[in-house]
Amino acid sequence: MNQATLRRLITGVAETVIAHAEELTALDQAIGDGDHGLNMKRGFEAVLAEVDKTAALPPADALQATGMALVMKVGGASGPLYGTLFMALGKAWPATLDRAGLADAFAAAIDAVKARGKSEAGMKTMLDVLTPLLAELRAGGDLARLRVAATTAAEATVPMKAIRGRASFLGDRSIGHMDPGARSSSLILHAIADVLEEQHVV
Amino acid sequence: MSTNVGIVIVSHSPDVAKGAADMVRQMVGDDVPLAWCGGAPGGGLGTSVEAIMAAIDRAWSEAGVAILVDLGGAETNSEMAIEMLPDERRDRVVICNAPVVEGAVMAGTEASAGSPLEHVRRTAEELRAA
Repeated sequence: MNQATLRRLITGVAETVIAHAEELTALDQAIGDGDHGLNMKRGFEAVLAEVDKTAALPPADALQATGMALVMKVGGASGPLYGTLFMALGKAWPATLDRAGLADAFAAAIDAVKARGKSEAGMKTMLDVLTPLLAELRAGGDLARLRVAATTAAEATVPMKAIRGRASFLGDRSIGHMDPGARSSSLILHAIADVLEEQHVV
Repeated sequence: MSTNVGIVIVSHSPDVAKGAADMVRQMVGDDVPLAWCGGAPGGGLGTSVEAIMAAIDRAWSEAGVAILVDLGGAETNSEMAIEMLPDERRDRVVICNAPVVEGAVMAGTEASAGSPLEHVRRTAEELRAA
């Protein structure tokens, strides 16, 4: 991956999350404490502020630096959760980037998020988007199929009952709302796909 | 430096954290190292890994530190802060699964008696069964 693509990926993901801050906050107001959009915006603004430095690093180090910025700046549980996702992905980043190597690294990152959040898929969290994305990646899905998988998986959290996270306090009342973390994970996948398509990387 | 276990209070709200710390201070005196933090990085409700690490440092005791947290993000950020501590400190910091105000007072009282870290945590967590 060249430096220009890496830079576009970082800015594309950050700008997308920031642009959807109000939507994420609205989702979180329905079933959480209403800070997901604001927190993610603060975290990704910090990521943007460092992009000159971060994009000059090898991808593995850039991912870890991005994760660390989120850990330090988000201010809510999504900081350590997304921070862990990016840091673990960076740690497991393959020497030679191919589908199998990327899938293995992504699997390691998902395991780290599960450990951090003491959570599994099916509990109405970001894992309910990340897990099907991994399956689609392993199944050979292209960007179009990954996009569909992300959107479908986020929508599939609507009828779920929250088992982890603040929404679990609501019990049955969490049913009928999309999980904000699932939505932000889907947004990030779409932002990555936007950049890769625009750069004709895949 | 005190030989008693230190107490750290982490709340989304700096007002809640400070208020709880005031109560602990009034009830147990100055024998317990005590620090609080609250608020997101840059302000607003939330918690900050950096601020939690700094609070652990302020309340540091060789006997260890017990952390009391209010809600989800405070716990996750505290776990993250503990992991980022130097090796020799990491194993001597615990998060108590207890209500933040009552837990802090109970933990502080137990700590002021010179009890070890595990005992301090258990005392705070007994509130859950009550």
